[in-house]
Amino acid sequence: MILYLLRRLAVTAAILLVICAATFAIFYLMPADPAQGACGKACSPERITEIRTTLGLNHSPLSQFGDYLTGIVSGRTYGTGEHAVNCPFPCLGFSFQTNQPVWQMLTSRLPASFSIAVGAAVLWLAVGVAAGVVSALRCGSLWDRAAMTAALGGVSLPIYFTALVLQYLLVVQLDLLPYPQVEPLTTDPVGWAQSMVMPWITLAMLYAGIYARVTRGEMLESLGQNYVRTARAKGLPEITVVRRHALRPALMPIVTIFGMDLGALLGGALITESVFGLPGVGKLAADAISSADQPVILGVTLFAASFVVLANLLVDLVYAVLDPRVRAVG
Amino acid sequence: MTLLTVRDLAVEFRSGVRAVDGLDLDLDTGRVLGVVGESGSGKSVTSLAVLGLLRDAQVSGEIRFDGQELTALDRRALRRLRGNRIAMIFQDPLSCLNPYYSVAFQIAEAYRAHHRAGRKQAHRVAVRMLDRVGIPEPERRARCYPHEFSGGMRQRVMIAMALCLEPDLLIADEPTTALDVTVQAQILQLLRELREEAGTAIMLITHDMGVVAGLADQVVVMHQGRAVERGPVRDVFHRPQEPYTRGLLACVPRIDGPLPDRLPTLGAIT
Amino acid sequence: MDEDDQRDERAADRSPLLEVRNLVKRFPVRHGLTQRLAGHVAAVDGVSLTVGPGETLGLVGESGCGKSTVAKLITRLERPTSGSIHFAARDLAGLNETALRPLRRDLQMVFQDPFSSLNPRHTVRQILAGAYRYQGLEPDQPAEELLARVGLEAGHADRHPHEFSGGQAQRIGIARALALRPKLVVCDEPVSALDVSVQAQILNLLRDLQDEYGLSYLFIAHDLGAVRQISTRIAVMYLGSVVETADRDTLFAQPAHPYTHALLSAVPLPDPDLEASRERIVLHGDLPSPLDPPSGCRFRTRCLKADELCAAERPQLRTIALGQQVACHYPERTP
Ligand SMILES: Nc1ncnc2c1ncn2[C@@H]1O[C@H](COP(=O)(O)OP(=O)(O)OP(=O)(O)O)[C@@H](O)[C@H]1O
Ligand SMILES: Nc1ncnc2c1ncn2[C@@H]1O[C@H](COP(=O)(O)OP(=O)(O)O)[C@@H](O)[C@H]1O
Ligand code: SF4
Ligand SMILES: [Mg+2]
Ligand SMILES: [Mg+2]
Repeated sequence: MILYLLRRLAVTAAILLVICAATFAIFYLMPADPAQGACGKACSPERITEIRTTLGLNHSPLSQFGDYLTGIVSGRTYGTGEHAVNCPFPCLGFSFQTNQPVWQMLTSRLPASFSIAVGAAVLWLAVGVAAGVVSALRCGSLWDRAAMTAALGGVSLPIYFTALVLQYLLVVQLDLLPYPQVEPLTTDPVGWAQSMVMPWITLAMLYAGIYARVTRGEMLESLGQNYVRTARAKGLPEITVVRRHALRPALMPIVTIFGMDLGALLGGALITESVFGLPGVGKLAADAISSADQPVILGVTLFAASFVVLANLLVDLVYAVLDPRVRAVG
Repeated sequence: MTLLTVRDLAVEFRSGVRAVDGLDLDLDTGRVLGVVGESGSGKSVTSLAVLGLLRDAQVSGEIRFDGQELTALDRRALRRLRGNRIAMIFQDPLSCLNPYYSVAFQIAEAYRAHHRAGRKQAHRVAVRMLDRVGIPEPERRARCYPHEFSGGMRQRVMIAMALCLEPDLLIADEPTTALDVTVQAQILQLLRELREEAGTAIMLITHDMGVVAGLADQVVVMHQGRAVERGPVRDVFHRPQEPYTRGLLACVPRIDGPLPDRLPTLGAIT
Repeated sequence: MDEDDQRDERAADRSPLLEVRNLVKRFPVRHGLTQRLAGHVAAVDGVSLTVGPGETLGLVGESGCGKSTVAKLITRLERPTSGSIHFAARDLAGLNETALRPLRRDLQMVFQDPFSSLNPRHTVRQILAGAYRYQGLEPDQPAEELLARVGLEAGHADRHPHEFSGGQAQRIGIARALALRPKLVVCDEPVSALDVSVQAQILNLLRDLQDEYGLSYLFIAHDLGAVRQISTRIAVMYLGSVVETADRDTLFAQPAHPYTHALLSAVPLPDPDLEASRERIVLHGDLPSPLDPPSGCRFRTRCLKADELCAAERPQLRTIALGQQVACHYPERTP
């Protein structure tokens, strides 16, 4: 198991390296000149040359990539002498727009993304899985049909539509909630929750529909398994049969998609953040793209990819813990 | 003493299939009733009907077990009976065991469904049962998962699970069909021993005439949801009255006796 | 009986149609999420067989002993690791698909699961025509004629496989194998998935077709009754190797290998009196894993007679009586 873990970690690191290289290559190949971007509009040729030297753009692509990696792992210093700028670990460079360190920008945006993603995930897991289980147990009933139609609706409604309708209803018409903004969880938990309700519902509506349908399908399959019949033949109460023998196997595939979805959301719930104007990682990415802020785009891409890859690793580990057949051979 | 009496049992599925159609069965305490028949003759449906495990099906007729009418019992009472007084083992032991739980857990779970017992005590029962059905190193093996066992050992686990509550009736639906012939011999031997030691009555469902001949006292031959012939096993095997039974006995190629050039077949080409 | 004698004569007076020598097949075994190579399993471990013209060789053994792998190697659906497969004066072992194609006309296969071996989207007519198309030939007999040969009706030709019962589907599989008038048909558990009465019909059909076309069969099954019914000679496999071969009647009357003996005594007899009185040899333990087979004799972990010699030295097949060979240091029957 330890060996397996080490091997998986090595593989994960390798994947991240490849992603890093690929993203770097794409930006290197882009026609826009980073020095021009860093310098801004009114810019003298001397200034550009100076920036080129500071950013190390005169070096070969490979050595630039090497510097970038070094920066991530142990920090780096741009330029020399009096112009030298220290960029501490983990260094993702500085924004062309704000001159802030990219890492700092990311971490400052993380609480918003995290709040949205985790809260929504709890909501959609609870609602989606519960609805799926009940639907499976009452397969073909009125409830089943109604729930599955609602789920289909949730999946197919565009986020910005749901968001706008919610905002109109809850904020403008009923005045139940404040307009979404980031309240720190630590100082004002109620405010935090209130401001997050709408993004949560919006995201959860999309995902709960998917999870309800997947759960229902998986439950129907596991309820038809022979071992469920055995459990009934043993005289177990029906609730134990469902919970222990049908639900547990049905949750396995859900663990997989949940890990992926959550990983992707932590890397920026882009549309929700933009629609509600919340300062999350997704919003940062959108802004960086519109202003061609290359270091930020690069940083966000790496950051998001890391979440997905790490979520992947985590899912596999959880799988190994949950499924004795996988555990045995690891 | 009569333990199980089935009268005029009929099972109709929602699809309109009438899988069992007017079946009568009688099984005495401590005896073995063989139920034989070809695939689709309604053997498994009959056994599931006795335990009340059929879904989407209309069951009619009488099922009397130890003086109680099972079709009249409510769900709670039926659940108390299952596993505790009537236990069941199935054809395919791998798919019948839950891959996510250790074998001891699954045996202990059956025990705890009917006894007030702590986890530890139930686990000890499970280990003792594994030992009793001939699993080597039962203490270590108890913590294993079904996929770590061979087919024969998995069926032993199923038997241990079925017998841990000392039921009066064991319904065995094709308990050896998925097993190799040498392993089948082991399991049949085990069933023979258990029957002698514990006096459990067995309803032995199979399509293999040889398995019935080796274990059953009484036999019922099923065809299209009905019993076509019944009686003590010697009478039915040596002096079959019905052409269908004669055909079923004759069409099986044997490893002893004269070798026919062509095997007799039952009816038309199907 | 005298039909049997004829068959025996046909078998005796010509050189073998198929001769397999020291066939070995090892599969890599991978483990875990990372599919790491964990070793090799010798599914077939030095098998030698011969099948004469017009003869039926029965191959029996418990699941996982390598019967299907032997079938796939002989029909070259798998490439052997080593050994030779002489068929029609060629060694199939090293040939590539192009070189094999013309030989496949004479060497056909019937599978265990009648449905999964028939394309569900094709009609029976298309399935039968497919056998010719592979050889670049036009069908030389109408599908209806082939179907009649295997006891199906002309009207069945335009139906799809799912419209048939298991027995009928197996008949279609046999019709497809017969379309090109092969010399040898390898049947891998052709009756195992069928009901007893249907099984009898298929066994009769195979025998009728053999009489009509002078076919040879390699008939693989785990059911000793079915093997006895159809075979002229029988080979018994255990954990990748043949432990005994004998003429049919010899094998059932005087089994020489302890495994054959136990196997025969384990088959339930449909007779309550015989069952009550017979001697039972109940082997203890399970089949060892082919990943980690025992040293010396493969059967020694379950053999009542096993001793140090059995653990040290692997017994080779040797002739102990006319038409009987056994791989055991202490056979039940001595020469
Ligand atoms: N859930 C179901 N819905 C509809 N028909 C069913 C269902 N279960 C069984 N049947 C039908 O009932 C009949 C009897 O089935 P059953 O499983 O009892 O046969 P069996 O005698 O046990 O056969 P086998 O030897 O193959 O196990 C068959 O025609 C089958 O198709
Ligand atoms: N493609 C394969 N890869 C790995 N192992 C295999 C493969 N095919 C068969 N085996 C192994 O080889 C052994 C013999 O298999 P098989 O020939 O199918 O047995 P039989 O037909 O006698 O039941 C088994 O242990 C099986 O697991
Ligand atoms: S060689 Fe030894 S172990 Fe093997 S079958 Fe013969 S007696 Fe038994
Ligand atoms: Mg059945
Ligand atoms: Mg096979």
